[in-house]
Amino acid sequence: MSHAARLLVAALRDPTSVATLGADDWTALLTAARAERLIGTLAHRLDTRAVPPGVARILADAAEGAAQERRAALWEAEMARRALAPLGVPVVLLKGTAFVAAGLDAGQGRSIGDLDILVPRADLPAVEAALLDAGWEWVKDDAYDDAYYRRWMHELPPLIHRDRDRMIDVHHTILPPTARPTPDAAALLADAVPLGNGLSILSPADMIVHAAVHLFGDGDLAGGLRNLWDIDRLLREYDGTDFWAALAARAGHHQLRREVGRAVRLAHDLYATPIPPNWRVRRGADALYRRRLVARDGWGRQPYPFTRLGFYVRSHWLRMPPAMLARHLWVKARRAR
Amino acid sequence: MRHSHALRIGPVGFRVGSTWRAPITALRGLYAGYPTLKAEVPDLTVRLYPERPWRRWLRPSVAIGGDFWLPDAAPLPLAQGLLAAEMGMNLQVALGWRRHLLLHCSAVERDGRVLLMSGASGSGKSTLATLLALAGWRFLGDEFAFVALDDGAIHPFPRAASLKNEAVAAVRAAGGMVGPVLAGTPKGTIGYWRPPETAISRMTDAAPPKLLLFPRFGEPERVETMAPSETFVRLTQASTNYVTLGQTGFSALTRLVQTVPALAIGYPDSAAGLALVERLWSAA
Repeated sequence: MSHAARLLVAALRDPTSVATLGADDWTALLTAARAERLIGTLAHRLDTRAVPPGVARILADAAEGAAQERRAALWEAEMARRALAPLGVPVVLLKGTAFVAAGLDAGQGRSIGDLDILVPRADLPAVEAALLDAGWEWVKDDAYDDAYYRRWMHELPPLIHRDRDRMIDVHHTILPPTARPTPDAAALLADAVPLGNGLSILSPADMIVHAAVHLFGDGDLAGGLRNLWDIDRLLREYDGTDFWAALAARAGHHQLRREVGRAVRLAHDLYATPIPPNWRVRRGADALYRRRLVARDGWGRQPYPFTRLGFYVRSHWLRMPPAMLARHLWVKARRAR
Repeated sequence: MRHSHALRIGPVGFRVGSTWRAPITALRGLYAGYPTLKAEVPDLTVRLYPERPWRRWLRPSVAIGGDFWLPDAAPLPLAQGLLAAEMGMNLQVALGWRRHLLLHCSAVERDGRVLLMSGASGSGKSTLATLLALAGWRFLGDEFAFVALDDGAIHPFPRAASLKNEAVAAVRAAGGMVGPVLAGTPKGTIGYWRPPETAISRMTDAAPPKLLLFPRFGEPERVETMAPSETFVRLTQASTNYVTLGQTGFSALTRLVQTVPALAIGYPDSAAGLALVERLWSAA
């Protein structure tokens, strides 16, 4: 584990661990926290009266930045709600926006970029038309990308709003149809929890399942510490006698038992998340994931290029069959040059 | 990183790290005499690194990174490493700073009041600020005006002025020392002008704004009064953090346009520009 990542994980897990840090350690910690998009969370966790004044200023900036992102995310959700309300289709908020809209601990100080929503697949054309009508526009003008998204992805190609410059990702399920596990999208929608304003969030178990998919399925595990922190907060908030059985059942139902199990173990490993004994079955590959998650140095860089490449290929492996993966990586590599 | 330098410019503590020695040596030279950070945590980090591992030696190319990040920042050749460091510092401030409202403005001070000049690249705002500094005004900065969120005062950010193309000769003709000069950059020839000692020693002295100009170099002389509403809209476009500051930014900008008169001016050459500024300043 790199020193900076160790400091970051320790500070999140036990905020009093920062009491003895000198300027160089603070610099490494704050830089790593920014790079992992966890600085708003850190600002919320730490007692800013007990840190050096220069650090307190940086954390105050981060707290204000997170508050602004929260405001913007909630407003963006409201804009989508208004655009889609006439359709009468269920709209489920996902990830960061869902956390802040529901007032969950996982939303405290969290950085939030795009708006992610889940809608029924059958309603995608109507949703797309309504969003385009309300000022969202296509981001990708590349024909391969567009066709790829529409044919193979679990979401529409990303849309951006022409006035507010904010992106929306419209999902119809939580993994691409090409992936071997096939989550039950209808069940995600059926069990969603209404927020009372026409929008919903996933049920507690589904929220963890989705967070685990997000952790392992997106790119090369970049931003993994933040996604794992989400899981830690959600597990602590939903912890209870019935919850763990429900989570196990739900993970099995979505064919994601292995991913959810690993996410839970990693959260326990890094953030000391309390988990039941029967969830603590160690797997050999856990150490590799752990190594990848804590690869962030005091300058915000990610060492271990080969580990990263491995995880990039692996994340795609989760998403698509080998021949298709080969073709996809070939097109991407040719374009990158 | 292998090579690094940490320094303070106005309210901002920077840490610049580089894979190569040359950009850091150039940075230390240009900013000799500026306060360095000792046992202080920098506010912003800039990284200069090879985009691909072999680009460290083979046709070295300097990618610009840091705490905050834009997807399409193009790398520069190693000979322009100083420009990369400067661009990196600008980028980090533009994307990450929240303690002031940032406006793309040059700023100079006289008699305890500040003259702000806003405009796109090529408008002459850097050149005018540098020439005014050579004529005795205090130089606060040529890139960003830091507007205090509580009282609207302008805080100095006295980076080296970056003079483009003909501006290098114009400043030299007025007696200014320009160097180093980088030719063939994406922005043409760039020369760095080091602010006078008073600008550096007084880098924490803020002052209230008195006049805002929107200069246009190379045009017939003209002066047009701008309505606060028009000024407001133009400055939202000239601000890098107006949106992210939310209501705080709105309040700061509203106060600025309501309390500071704004004029759009055209001027054919530097001499005419200087004379015009002096005249408008006296009348303001």
